[in-house]
Amino acid sequence: MAGIVSYGGYVPRYRIRTREIAEMWGEDADAMEGGLRVESKSVPDEDEDTATISVEAARTAFENAPVEGDALGAVYVGSESHPYAVKPTATIVAASVGATPLMTAADLEFACKAGTAGVQAALGLVEAGRIDYGLAIGADVSQGAPGDALEYSAAAGGAAFVIGDEGVVAEIEDTTSYTSDTPDFWRREGERYPQHGERFTGKPAYFKHTEGASKALMERLGTSPDDYDYAVFHQPNGKFPVRVAQSLGFDEEQYETGLLSPKIGNTYSGASPLGLVATLDEAETGDRIFFASFGSGAGSDAFSFSVKDGIDERRTGLKETFEDVEYIDYAQYAKHKGKIRRD
Amino acid sequence: MTAPRFWRKINQRYRLVGTECRTCDTAFFPPRDLCPECRRESDIAEKAFSGEGEVVTKTVVHDAISDYDAETPYTLAVVELDEGARITAQVVEGDGEVDVGDRVEACFRRVRDEGEEGIVQYGTKFERV
Ligand SMILES: [Zn+2]
Repeated sequence: MAGIVSYGGYVPRYRIRTREIAEMWGEDADAMEGGLRVESKSVPDEDEDTATISVEAARTAFENAPVEGDALGAVYVGSESHPYAVKPTATIVAASVGATPLMTAADLEFACKAGTAGVQAALGLVEAGRIDYGLAIGADVSQGAPGDALEYSAAAGGAAFVIGDEGVVAEIEDTTSYTSDTPDFWRREGERYPQHGERFTGKPAYFKHTEGASKALMERLGTSPDDYDYAVFHQPNGKFPVRVAQSLGFDEEQYETGLLSPKIGNTYSGASPLGLVATLDEAETGDRIFFASFGSGAGSDAFSFSVKDGIDERRTGLKETFEDVEYIDYAQYAKHKGKIRRD
Repeated sequence: MTAPRFWRKINQRYRLVGTECRTCDTAFFPPRDLCPECRRESDIAEKAFSGEGEVVTKTVVHDAISDYDAETPYTLAVVELDEGARITAQVVEGDGEVDVGDRVEACFRRVRDEGEEGIVQYGTKFERV
């Protein structure tokens, strides 16, 4: 059965504390930190973007992969912050891992779930026998307008998965999606920062879709939360994933391993995929992982994974990289994010 | 730099693809088509460098030409790759943090931005390990 052959995540090493941003705008730091359950978020270096983060994640995935880049038949990069409006990120990634030219590639966009849409696309091609291996990436360097609520969580990071039929270490038992036309969050072409429907982003968007996909998948497989050792959800903050996990019947022991947003913020298309990377780094052969992404607009892709032999040889140590970080202040942060425009 | 000029060297810039002479076991980066030692006996083949190496010399740039101005100060170093060739590249850590003898490895970064309208030139920089 097809699934994940190898994987890798990348989170830039700079961090800014929620407290530092709140103080800059004269907001109540405790209330902000408590409300979001995010203490710090990742910040990209000045020369990092969605393409560089995707490449670093992909290269990590290939460090432990049983195959090399030229085995790829497809490369999909899902993001809402592709560096170009027209010109694919996927070709940059493909060239950087030596996968070009006999392959297909495309950039995908579906807010924060574009990366898992790529996993489904690659899985379909592998299962149909059209390609041997596909690479699916979710990565973002997300932006929140200065002072906007999003600024407290909008972070940078990404994860890459090599999908195939041979050498699988996390079998995809099944996947189901739940999608509707819901305008909870958007950014028009040419606009610098996204707009959001404030409270509208919760119940009718994040919760409805994540629960919809999750319940449909468990119903189809005949599973219940008790059948899983781990559960990973999209994490726009530290609060939503905990609430959705609990409402579905998962407990802390199942979701804590893949819950990264309290330390790194919301990495958008990278968020649930990075949670999956952290979970695969700890899961043992025979474990089952429940996983659901969410993207505004809106939709959720749920997956059920079964961990196989060989997982030990694929570990990446993602969480260890979180120990070597550098905290920056708001002035350095503004420079890193290019908020001070230079002309 | 024009887009075609950048594009022609993408394998060098992204993946450190150079060459080696199989006659005398010498690696070249940037790639050479002829070994200066073996001359007509040269046996040249493509070689992807591992990206690991050591800082041989370094300097901190405070005043840069306009395209790089936003990044100053930055560290520019000559790195001796483990396979034996030397490359001049930026090390992605701040002022005074990089020393001669430091072990480094290649990372993928934006190297140059042709303004808001031009192409983004990606390539290899180094980070300490
Ligand atoms: Zn020679």
